[in-house]
Amino acid sequence: MHEPMQLRMVFGGIFAVLLVASAVGAALRWRAPGGRVSPTIDNLNARINAWWVMVLVLAGAFWAGKPGIVTLFAFVSFMALREFVSLVYTRRGDHRALALAFFVFLPLQYVLVAMDWYGLYSILIPVYAFLFLPIFAALGNDTQRFLERSAKLSYALLICVYCVSYVPALLALRIPDGDGRLLIVWLVLVVESSDVLQYVWGKLAGRHAVAPALSPSKTWEGLIGGVASSVALGCALWWITPFTLWQAAVIALVVDSMGFLGGLVMSAIKRDRGIKDWGTMIEGHGGMLDRLDSVIFAAPIFFHVVRYWWEP
Amino acid sequence: MAIERLTAWAVCGFARALTGARAMWKGCAPVAETRVYYGNHSSHADFVLIWAALPVSLRVRTRPVAGADYWETSRLRRWLMHEVFRAVLIDRVPSNDRVDPVARMAHALEQDDSLILFPEGTRNTTDEILLPFKSGVYHLARACPDVHFVPVWIENLNRVMPKGEIVPIPLLCTITFGTPLRLRDGEAKDDFVGRLRESLLALCPPRA
Repeated sequence: MHEPMQLRMVFGGIFAVLLVASAVGAALRWRAPGGRVSPTIDNLNARINAWWVMVLVLAGAFWAGKPGIVTLFAFVSFMALREFVSLVYTRRGDHRALALAFFVFLPLQYVLVAMDWYGLYSILIPVYAFLFLPIFAALGNDTQRFLERSAKLSYALLICVYCVSYVPALLALRIPDGDGRLLIVWLVLVVESSDVLQYVWGKLAGRHAVAPALSPSKTWEGLIGGVASSVALGCALWWITPFTLWQAAVIALVVDSMGFLGGLVMSAIKRDRGIKDWGTMIEGHGGMLDRLDSVIFAAPIFFHVVRYWWEP
Repeated sequence: MAIERLTAWAVCGFARALTGARAMWKGCAPVAETRVYYGNHSSHADFVLIWAALPVSLRVRTRPVAGADYWETSRLRRWLMHEVFRAVLIDRVPSNDRVDPVARMAHALEQDDSLILFPEGTRNTTDEILLPFKSGVYHLARACPDVHFVPVWIENLNRVMPKGEIVPIPLLCTITFGTPLRLRDGEAKDDFVGRLRESLLALCPPRA
C-alpha cells in the first residue's frame, strides 16, 4: 500500500472516531436530567471540539508536506515556550537572554531540523543555548536569584523547543519501507490516545491516585486501562510503521510510559507554581503544554529508538 | 476618521497578538457606565492593553489619561494620543497657566466618557509590587462622587518590554478587572487612596 493512501486511511479513521465522540457528547448533553448539563459533560464537549480543531490543523500541516509540519511544530514550540516562561521568575537583566531564546534558538532549532542537520540540532540547545543563555543573563549585571533564573530559562528551552523538535525530526529518518509522516502520526496517535484513554478510564474506574501530591486525577486504574488500550491501538496500526506487531507493542508501551511520566513531571512543576493549567489556549484542555506534556517526553526517546534500531 | 480607526484596530491587534492578552472580569462585568479604570503602571503600553481588553462598545467611550510631557513631544505621539486614543493629556508638573489636571479628567467624566489612569503617577521600574499612589484620584473622586473606580491589574507587561529595551518578548499577559469602589461620604483622603491601592494589590497573583 502507498504511504499517502495509508495517511488518508488513518486520518479518515481519526475523523470517524471524532464523529462518534461528537455524537456521544451531543447525546450526553441532550439526555442531561432537567436540561442541566454537568461541568464534566461541558468539559468533555469542549475537549472534543478542541480535538476537531487540533486534528484539522495537523491534517492541514501534513497536506502542506515537510515545510508545513516543521512550521506547525515551530509554532507549537513558540506557544509552549511563552506559556512556560510567563510562569517563571525573570528579571530585567534576563531580557537579552529571553530575546535570544525566543528569536534565535527557537527558529534556529527548527531551521536545522528542516535542513536535517542532526549533528548540530541535537546539540544546539543542550550545549550552545545552555552556555550562551547564562552568558547573556550574566551580562544583564544582576546576581539576584541568578542560578535559578538561568537554569529555568535553559530548562524551558529544552522542554518546549528541543524535545518538541524531535517530532518533525522523524521526517528525516531513512528507513526502508518507512515514511516519517506515518511515524509522526503513529507516535502522536499512540501518546495522545493514551492521555485520552487514561482520562476516560480514570473517570470511569479511577480509585487510587498514583501520586496524590502531584495530581489527584492520575489514578492506577486510569493508567493501566489507558496504557493497555493505547498499546492495543498502537498494535492495531502496526501496518503504518516499520515495526512488527510485537515491536509495535513494546514501543507503544515505552512511549506511553514516557508520556505518563512526562505528565507527572509537568504536573509537579504546575503544583510547585501553584497553578492548575499552563494556559487557556485550548478550550477544555488548558494550555498548549497541558496537551503536549506527554509528547515532549516521548518524542526524543521514540526518535532514538527508531534511529538506532531501524535506520540502516 | 478611517485612518484613526484602522490604526486603533491595528494597535489593539498587535498588543493582543504579542501578549496573548486575556481579560478577566473578576469583580464586575464589562457594562456601559462611567468608570475610572485604574491600574498598575510599568510600561508605556499599559493603557493600550487595558483599552484593547475592553469590548469595542466600551472602548470608544473610554479615554486614557497620560502625561503631556512624554506624549506631546513628537507629531506621531501627538496624533496617536489626540486622534486615535482620544487621550486626556495632563501636566504632571503643575503650572499656573494650564488647566488643572483634575478638572480635565472631571470634564471627560462629565461627558459620560470613562477614563484609564495610573495613580502611581510614573512607571514602576523598582522591585516593589506597587508604588504609593498620588492623591489625584481622591480629588477626582471628590469632583465626581458618583463615578466607580475599577481596579485593573496588568500582569507581566513589565517583562514584555522593560524600560530601555527595544525588542519585546512575547510573554502572556492577563488583565484582571476587580470590584468597583466609590468615595464614601466624608471619607478622608488617605483612607480612600489606601482603599484603592489595597483593592488593586488584592488582584496581583502570588509572586514566583
